[in-house]
Amino acid sequence: MDHVTDKLPKGLSGLAHDLGSDQTAFKKVPWGKAMMWIFLLSDTFIFSCFLISLMTARASTTVEWPNASEVFGLNFFGVEVPLLLIAIMTFVLITSSGTMAIAVKFGYEKKRKLCAWFLLLTAIGGLTFVGMQAFEWTKLIFHEGIRPWSNPFGAAQFGSFFFMVTGFHGTHVSIGVIFLFIMARKTWRGDFDTARRGYFTSMKSNYEAIEIMGLYWHFVDLVWVFIFAFFYLW
Amino acid sequence: MAQENKQEVTTHKIGVYLWIWGLLFVFSFFSYMVDYLNFEGLLRWTLILLFMFTKAALIMAIFMHLFWERWTIVNVLLWPMSFILVFIGIMVAESEYTFFTRLFYFVVGT
Repeated sequence: MDHVTDKLPKGLSGLAHDLGSDQTAFKKVPWGKAMMWIFLLSDTFIFSCFLISLMTARASTTVEWPNASEVFGLNFFGVEVPLLLIAIMTFVLITSSGTMAIAVKFGYEKKRKLCAWFLLLTAIGGLTFVGMQAFEWTKLIFHEGIRPWSNPFGAAQFGSFFFMVTGFHGTHVSIGVIFLFIMARKTWRGDFDTARRGYFTSMKSNYEAIEIMGLYWHFVDLVWVFIFAFFYLW
Repeated sequence: MAQENKQEVTTHKIGVYLWIWGLLFVFSFFSYMVDYLNFEGLLRWTLILLFMFTKAALIMAIFMHLFWERWTIVNVLLWPMSFILVFIGIMVAESEYTFFTRLFYFVVGT
């Protein structure tokens, strides 16, 4: 791009150069992106704490842990299919992650309308996910009688971990959906092409914002990968 | 100085993302099959972890662009996560202790 960045050493010597440069360490990374990554790192620790406490509760209880495969089974035209809804939710979230990646690409290529459409698709995917989660919670609370303090399937801790972990993840998805709609509107209006100043920050809009939004959204998908493995499959 | 922070904007072919998307579908399907086919014990846990880490790596490397970032941010982000493993180790020891004391007091202790 310009002659300064071209000369930066790469790989391990690049690492030494960047950290020892006595100035900005994250070169070629806009500050917003670095901040989002640091937030995501801290969020990783929050979710790790939840999943590690799930492990601790499960490993230390003397009562049998409920079989997720049966609890989350779905009766589909008279056939019991294990984890069907969860599987569909997983595919929906992965799909929305894919459309998000494509939106970021179109954003950097300044294809305004395509970018906005893909952001909208991503938001709809997220909304579908939250909708299915609401359906799942309703089913478990009202039909299966699962409570944070007890459940008919086994160890009492199961309910509190289920609501805590999936609830916290669902909150992340919901916040992401809200921001996706905002970003889609801003993109459609052309904020990123005209560098219109932001309402709250009064800073110039840039397509980097789409990538930062994307980082958050992919992270939500990433967390679901771990929840799917440790809560539903283990 | 300010120049060095400008991001090089290079985009990738849409095919890259579609490929990763497809792979994520396939691996999710595999991990679903682990449950559907009722694999048990060590085989189950190995497969679950294998598919989980593969999916996580694909998302972080390609979707989150870490593969194309400079080593500084990659290292600063990934190394702190090794502390999670330490924490897991501590809590495994702790939960085993809790489990045995519970067994002892629920069964033998009364």
